[in-house]
Amino acid sequence: MTEENTQVEKSHAHGYGHYIIIWFALLILTGLTVAVAGLNFGNLTIITALAIAGLKSFFVLKVFMHLENEGKLFTLFVYISIMFLVITLALLFADYSFLQGR
Amino acid sequence: MSSTTSDVNVSYLDYKGKHSGLLGWITSVDHKRIAILYLVSMLVFFSVGVTFGFLMRLELIAPGKTIMEPQTYNAIFTLHGLIMIFLFIIPGLPAVFGNFFLPIMVGAPDVAFPRLNLFSWYLFIIGGLLAIASIFMPGGAPDTGWTFYIPYSIRTTTNVIPALFGAVLLGFSSILTGINFVVTVHRLRAKGMTFWKMPLFVWSTYATAWIQVLVTPIIGITLLMVIVERTLGVGMFDPALGGDPVLFQHLFWIYSHPAVYIMIIPAMGVISEVIPVFAQRTIFGYKFVAGSSIAIAFLGSLVWAHHMFTAGMSNTAMIIFSALTFMVSIPSAIKVFNWVATLYKGSIRTEPPLLFALGFIFLFAIGGFTGLIPGALSVNLNIHDTSFIVGHFHYVMFGGTGFGIFAAMHYWWPKMFGRMYNRTAAKTGFWVLFTGFNLLYFPMFIMGWLGMPRRYYDYLPEFHIYHLISTVGSWILITGLTILFTNLIHALRKGEKVTERNYWNGETLEWITPTPPYVFNFDKEPVVEAGPYEYKRNDVLEPALEEEKA
Repeated sequence: MTEENTQVEKSHAHGYGHYIIIWFALLILTGLTVAVAGLNFGNLTIITALAIAGLKSFFVLKVFMHLENEGKLFTLFVYISIMFLVITLALLFADYSFLQGR
Repeated sequence: MSSTTSDVNVSYLDYKGKHSGLLGWITSVDHKRIAILYLVSMLVFFSVGVTFGFLMRLELIAPGKTIMEPQTYNAIFTLHGLIMIFLFIIPGLPAVFGNFFLPIMVGAPDVAFPRLNLFSWYLFIIGGLLAIASIFMPGGAPDTGWTFYIPYSIRTTTNVIPALFGAVLLGFSSILTGINFVVTVHRLRAKGMTFWKMPLFVWSTYATAWIQVLVTPIIGITLLMVIVERTLGVGMFDPALGGDPVLFQHLFWIYSHPAVYIMIIPAMGVISEVIPVFAQRTIFGYKFVAGSSIAIAFLGSLVWAHHMFTAGMSNTAMIIFSALTFMVSIPSAIKVFNWVATLYKGSIRTEPPLLFALGFIFLFAIGGFTGLIPGALSVNLNIHDTSFIVGHFHYVMFGGTGFGIFAAMHYWWPKMFGRMYNRTAAKTGFWVLFTGFNLLYFPMFIMGWLGMPRRYYDYLPEFHIYHLISTVGSWILITGLTILFTNLIHALRKGEKVTERNYWNGETLEWITPTPPYVFNFDKEPVVEAGPYEYKRNDVLEPALEEEKA
């Protein structure tokens, strides 16, 4: 119980200002997603969109979902899952990026 | 927990909880009872799947119509695949034997989330019943094949949506079981049980649980997208609506190929338990066998597109996926070599579990090698969608996982129920099954190589002899299954009573629990001081077993 209380205290240690800054950052990144959607970067279009979405997810995971306050093992598992997702997407785009005519 | 020690120091089969009878079972959160619930439901679904397989083979005994119409045949092979994959092979080892033995083998009283465990079973049952109910709903049984390929699954008027939704629920059940196992392994291991002292069945179930957690959500969302496309006409996959059908294939196989490893890795874990016990030797290369489970889980999750070499992928992708496919064979071969090396100079006892384990190695080797053949791009173009592929995956899934499940049943049945089956009948059943299996599936390699397409209702006369042999093989195989299951079920009431804790002379923690195990598994919390296969050196088992004798 004591450990849980400590975790809760740690999670609110930043104060609400911290959350509001991250929220603004997420809004700006959403705006950026919309802005770059109209630009043609060729093969980099999807990578750009995914990179912005990835950065947003990182903020959400780290701050709003309190990953920054979790133990090392838990954090490691989340990063393993993300790495797996990245490899899967990379392999998927090994098809779409080199495709001609479909 | 209000129960006293004496209340719970009874067999989990005899425990009188809040409810009795059937209600006592379907509301129990005891991992062993939930495992039995899975076992019973899985065997019911398996018998339905076998019946469909039998009917398919009977239809194919001669060219032209034999016993059913083409549409019925399409529905039957779809449901045969759906039931066997989602309701028998995937849950067979993790949900039944993983649930029963993983907590015991790590020295825990239960899984980490017992209620979630029971909820998983309910999802499994609802999903399974929904898939089967699709046969009887107006519109007819789905006829898409278990792969639900687009665009046909968008356009067919049969009951695709209930079957898809059933598969989504089954996926959720699988994810929850996976989460439970990962947390159990990390949080509930007994004192002294480090990762390198975990039994290999635990390692394999742990690796499988990771695949379940990581890839199953992808199939869930993909199948939901198909439902949305069918109902709302959103163009994600259907080319007529601007979608990409190959994207569906990618998303489908991102789950469904690793699902093959969800099926086979726990079976490899069972074989890794059985072989040292019946050779009475420490397993050869423990760390390599354990590590290869993780390597198979990881690499096996990255080879999905070898199912799509004829779908119109880029050449770059095809070369990458072909190379990755060949790489998976390395950790698989590590396991096989280590099992065989373990048998070398062992004190071998050819009890039924070992026969099934040896059957597994033989059949899995054939299944594995015939998987490398279509892994090569040039050959794949010729044998894709032929019965060669059907032969290959039945050797892996049934010859591998199926025989692994039967090995597990014969290895742990007396521990689970406190009754020994007739060993002579079990051995007879094995040989009949093994003969029928090879007669049924081996001709598929030959006719597939000669050009017999899979899923065809009719065929040219030149393929008749192979289909005939295959159908006769199915009768022998079913005879073998009947012998095995009659023997096991008969043993539940009439089998010789087993109270000895360590009747196979194993070295893992399930052998210090009473037979059948107590409600919370152990008389007292175990402390592990040696590895799981260190014969004559394990300090855990001997004091506990000597105490029992005294």
